[in-house]
Amino acid sequence: MLHLILFSVFALVCVAGAVNLLVQKHPINSALSLIVVMGSLAVEYLLLGAEFVAAVQIIVYAGAIMVLFVFVIMLLNAGEEEQTEGSRVAWLLGIPGMLAVTVIICWALLLHSDMGTASLGALPGPPADIAQLLFHEFLLPFEVTSVLVLIAIMGAVVLAARSESAPEAKKEG
Amino acid sequence: MIPLSYYLVLSAILFACGVTGFLIKRNIITIFMSIELMLNGVNLSFVAFAAHWHNLSGQVFVFFVMVVAAAEAAVGLAIIILITRNRQSLNVERVDLLKL
Repeated sequence: MLHLILFSVFALVCVAGAVNLLVQKHPINSALSLIVVMGSLAVEYLLLGAEFVAAVQIIVYAGAIMVLFVFVIMLLNAGEEEQTEGSRVAWLLGIPGMLAVTVIICWALLLHSDMGTASLGALPGPPADIAQLLFHEFLLPFEVTSVLVLIAIMGAVVLAARSESAPEAKKEG
Repeated sequence: MIPLSYYLVLSAILFACGVTGFLIKRNIITIFMSIELMLNGVNLSFVAFAAHWHNLSGQVFVFFVMVVAAAEAAVGLAIIILITRNRQSLNVERVDLLKL
C-alpha cells in the first residue's frame, strides 16, 4: 500500500513536470521542470529496486546533462519563444493526436493489466551484479560506447573551435 | 505491489509528452529537452520490464541509453550554439535553408 502511495505521488509529480515543460514559454522554466521529472523518475527507479540506475539518473541526467542545458540557455540568453503560423498548426494537430495515442496506449495496457506486479526490492540490482553483466556479457557494446563518447567529445570540440575562429575569418575576409 | 502496467502507462504518458513538445515547441532548446523526456520515458519501461522479468539486462540497457543521451546532448548543444550564432535566433523556423 505504501509503495502504491509513493508511486502515485511521484508519478503525479512526474506528469505535472512533463506537462509544465510543454506549457512554459521560457526555456529556463522548461529546464527546471525537466529536472523535477528526472528527480521523481529516480524515485520510481528506487521503487523498482534499481538503486544503480536511480543514482546514475541523478548524477548523469539531473547533474551533468541538465547543467549543460542550463549553461547553454544562459549562454545564449534565450528569451521567450515566439509564436508563429506553423506552431499554431502544430498545436491544433499535435495535441489532440498525441492525446488520442496516449489514451489508446493506456487503455490497451490497463485492459491487459494481468501482466503481474513489480514490487519493491523484487529485483535487487546491486552495482556488483550490473558490473558483472556489463563487463562480461556486454563488454563489446560497452567498449563501443567508449568510442561513441570519444567521437562526441571530438565533435563538440571541433564545433566549438570553429565557432570561435569563424568571426576572425570574417574579419580577415 | 504495483502492477507493471502502471509503470508502462506512466512511461507512455512521458513519451507522449515528449512527442507533443517536439511537435508544438518552436524553441530549439526546448525541442532538445523534449527528446530527453522521450528517452526518460523509454528508460522507465526498460527498468520496469527488468524488474518484471528478473533480468538485469534492462538496467544495463538504461546505462547505454544514458551514455547515448549524454553524447547527444554534448554534440547537439554545440550545434545549437553554432546555429544561434549564425541565425541570431533560437526559433527553428528561421533554420529553413533546406526548405524549397
